[in-house]
Amino acid sequence: MPSFGFSVQPPQHIDLDKNYRAIFDFIKENEPSFLRCIYCGSCGATCSAGNFSQMSLRKVNLLISRGQISEVKNLIDNCLLCGKCQLVCPRNVNTRKVILLIHKALKMPLS
Amino acid sequence: MPRIAVIGGGIAGMEAAIRLSNLNFEVDIIEKSFSLGGNVNNWHVLFPDHSPARLLIDQLKNQLRDKVNILLGTEVVRTEYNNKQYILHLSDGTRLTFDAIVITTGFKVFPAQRKEEYGYSIYPNVITSAQLEELFQSEKPIHTADHRMANRIAFIHCVGSRDDKIGNRYCSKVCCVTAVKQAMEVAQRNPGSEIFLFYMDLRMYDRHFEDLYFQAQTQYGIRFVRGRLSEVSEKSDARLYLKLEDTLLGKPLRITVDLLVLMVGMEPADNSPQLANLFSIPVGTDRFIQPENFHLYKNRTSRPGVFVAGCASGPKSIGETLADARSAAFEVYNFFNNN
Amino acid sequence: MKFDWFVVPFLAGLTFVFGFCGIKFYRWIRQLSRGEKLMLKKHVFSRSLWLSVKEIFSESLLHRKIFRTHPLLGYMHASLAFGWFLLIVLGNVEVKFYSEYSVNPPYVPIFLNYFEPVTAPNFFGRGFRFLMDLLLLVILSGVALAYFKRFNSRRFGMQRTTQHHFLDRIAIISLWCIFPARLLAESLSAAIYHNGSFLTNTLGKWLSALPVESMLYPAWWGYSIVLGAFFFTLPFSRYMHIPTEVLLIILRNAGIRSHYFGHPYQAVDTFSCSRCGICIDACQLAAVGNSVQPVYYLRSLRYQKPHENLTENCLLCGRCVEACPVGIFSTDIRRHERTLGHEMCNTHYAFKYQLKNNTPIEVLYFAGCMTHLVPAIKKSMTSILDHSGYSWRMLDADEEICCGRPLLLAGQITAANKVIMHTRSLIENSHAQLLVTSCPICFKTFSENYRLSIPVVHHSQFINMLQQEHRIPVHRRNISVKYHDPCELGRGMHVYNEPRSVINRIAHLQPNVHEKAKSLCCGGSLGNTYIDMETKLQLADQALQQMEVQSADYLITACPLCLKTFSSVSPIAVKDIAELAAESIKDTIVPFVKVIEENKSATFAEK
Repeated sequence: MPSFGFSVQPPQHIDLDKNYRAIFDFIKENEPSFLRCIYCGSCGATCSAGNFSQMSLRKVNLLISRGQISEVKNLIDNCLLCGKCQLVCPRNVNTRKVILLIHKALKMPLS
Repeated sequence: MPRIAVIGGGIAGMEAAIRLSNLNFEVDIIEKSFSLGGNVNNWHVLFPDHSPARLLIDQLKNQLRDKVNILLGTEVVRTEYNNKQYILHLSDGTRLTFDAIVITTGFKVFPAQRKEEYGYSIYPNVITSAQLEELFQSEKPIHTADHRMANRIAFIHCVGSRDDKIGNRYCSKVCCVTAVKQAMEVAQRNPGSEIFLFYMDLRMYDRHFEDLYFQAQTQYGIRFVRGRLSEVSEKSDARLYLKLEDTLLGKPLRITVDLLVLMVGMEPADNSPQLANLFSIPVGTDRFIQPENFHLYKNRTSRPGVFVAGCASGPKSIGETLADARSAAFEVYNFFNNN
Repeated sequence: MKFDWFVVPFLAGLTFVFGFCGIKFYRWIRQLSRGEKLMLKKHVFSRSLWLSVKEIFSESLLHRKIFRTHPLLGYMHASLAFGWFLLIVLGNVEVKFYSEYSVNPPYVPIFLNYFEPVTAPNFFGRGFRFLMDLLLLVILSGVALAYFKRFNSRRFGMQRTTQHHFLDRIAIISLWCIFPARLLAESLSAAIYHNGSFLTNTLGKWLSALPVESMLYPAWWGYSIVLGAFFFTLPFSRYMHIPTEVLLIILRNAGIRSHYFGHPYQAVDTFSCSRCGICIDACQLAAVGNSVQPVYYLRSLRYQKPHENLTENCLLCGRCVEACPVGIFSTDIRRHERTLGHEMCNTHYAFKYQLKNNTPIEVLYFAGCMTHLVPAIKKSMTSILDHSGYSWRMLDADEEICCGRPLLLAGQITAANKVIMHTRSLIENSHAQLLVTSCPICFKTFSENYRLSIPVVHHSQFINMLQQEHRIPVHRRNISVKYHDPCELGRGMHVYNEPRSVINRIAHLQPNVHEKAKSLCCGGSLGNTYIDMETKLQLADQALQQMEVQSADYLITACPLCLKTFSSVSPIAVKDIAELAAESIKDTIVPFVKVIEENKSATFAEK
């Protein structure tokens, strides 16, 4: 059998059939205002940590909503909990609580 | 002949009054300012066809002439209901009796200083879309507050709308297309300038709106960025330093501009809640007057004989406002002829 | 030696209480660090112990602070505490007149009427009996009031009262039974021996129709049993506060505080809570349906019930600490508890922000991250600093840096320390002589956690100094304002007078019932991660209504977070104190420039 030298690439698309919902559901249960986010980016625009990192709560919420958890941890660890995002959110999402819940969820062994 | 009071002398009030008088009703327009035309008096050209606002108002005024009683500088201070008639006590002391009421009090623009972080009324180069429209009345290039040519202008969508912090969750509907229109007008007056529109969504919902968007991009090179403005600060030369996020790229964005235009949304007119109270009709959680329902009876209110038209019952474009006013006039006609 | 078997319940209870408390106190003190033990020793063996004694007298016995909350409430607590105290002390003194021994067993003064049925026929004998009867009457009136309070707490100035647990109800019943039991026993003795005074003799006469001889001994047994029951339940009920309060006052005045969760001072705090419930009315969250006040928090802590929502759902505004008659620092305990369990993992703040400019200047201005959302403050401070004549620079002009306090308040100590180290180095390397900040939250943390080599002041203090030294002009305006003390500036840093001095020079300051240490929280506090924004705005709205702001032209505050929270719901315009001062400068310099207001822009209207 010839060896072609190619390797199997993992799929690059977001597969909503396999969407990993555990963290999303955990946050939804403990802080229902999380559902209101329209990903407008007001939070990311004002974020203090956005000055020195890729952190933007909009990005984090979007990743969690699409089940792309692996990138969340690196981003969320930059949060200074300053609270500016909560003051500008036009949908009144309780952002600081969401962030603390994300930290908690990342440490829990959710299936 | 039944007598109808039209409260509010903007285009909705004027159109309703014209149609009602054509249907042989006696009509009085009660307007709190000293001119007819309302908010449209402040506009320059209208979308989507760039027709002049002045022309629309003059056409309406011509049709009104000699057919309608116009009471300027007057407001309603008290109401009574007696024997199926409404007795209105006016601010000039007179009492008038009417058989039906049409409320067309329209809207006022969101007071932008309530959004502190945008620096309105603190930094002179931050203006509202209403103020920009006033500057369009002359064909001259747009200058900054310190008389420099504005070479870089930013427009911010959704100021005072879609914002639970302000208390206005609703969308004001027409500001997106207005922004595109105004951006093109600035580009015409200031050739070579860079113009940015910072939006959450682009609500190009009606005919030819998408064409305007297309024209803005291709003919005038206007740049569209999906992202919100979080803070404004002023540099030593009075230029403004903006802090935003480019949500499609997922990165914070910074830009220095000469002029910042805030697309302020609509809020119910100042006297609207008081009027709703006087007639005991409900307002929605968004504080606009609540029609009896949203489909068949959009112009009726919970009170028989009291009708509403135009932006008093929610944000509308000019075309929709005029259509609504006609529909209200017809509802009034039905009220007296199908009773 | 006088003895009867009926004293056994009392004696057993008393021994148990002393033993239990003794062991517990010993354990707590032993857990103190060496430095803290030294502080304690220094306090106890010096004249400063007098302060503690005075406080024990005026607060634990006389309950002066509760009298100031409401006189009837104060009388109710004081009558029980001070009355019982005097009863015991006077009883011990009275015993000396009857006994040949100089030392008597502890039960003798309590049951003196039984052991000395014949009153000494002199002035002192009758005098003591009179006093004892009087004290008993006072205590009984207190018990009656306490019972009445269950039905009508508003008469006592309390809108809400503590919702007690089963164990507490047993304890309170046993306490309430003690004095009627004493009254019954002494009255029965008086019926037989006429050895009472105005109260017991009268009651004795009424009871003499009953078979008093056979009722006497059981009555004394009853009294002893009730006392014993109270003592046996005391260490497990709210009444543990009686002995613990004394220890708390001594430790507190010695300067000992709890520095981490589980510190022995925390245990002393926890057991000192008498569950009086005064903190409930002080807490603004109670009005929006949250039962999270220290009375409930400390109870959950003591009985080790799960209570995560109680730890997190607190504004840390300090109103409860201010109102507490015992002086328990419950907010410290909550803050320390937040450090447990959910530490943020691997916060790697890769700070890329470098100082762009480190030439020495006199004043370094730190706006604070929230201030960037209120550009009016930044512009006002820029104008004020420009006029001050000092060389100055803004540290966080282009990129915000956080002071680290939001992380501290959420219990994220490691992360907070990283931020503090970084921001501290930026401040120190700026070579300034004074740090001025616009945000009280930053101000508190710079002062307490940063150990800076330069002094730090809040901008209201700085403006006050500039005005006093006539470095900036002051122009009086014909407006009437109300001032709101921010939690972190007022209760947090005790800065009450400087902002008022500044305002009084410029405008007419209206009086405000809720001011200084009693100021209301705006609701926007970063201390509460639990409640949602709608609730916070509800708190703000309620606070504004209580302050009756409609009567003023403006509401002045000194904190950007308070400003943003209030202005969403305020019926009148909200301004920062810096804006007031800066507008006053403008008035002086160019009196004919129209202040930009409403939708009109002066420059554009002229076009």
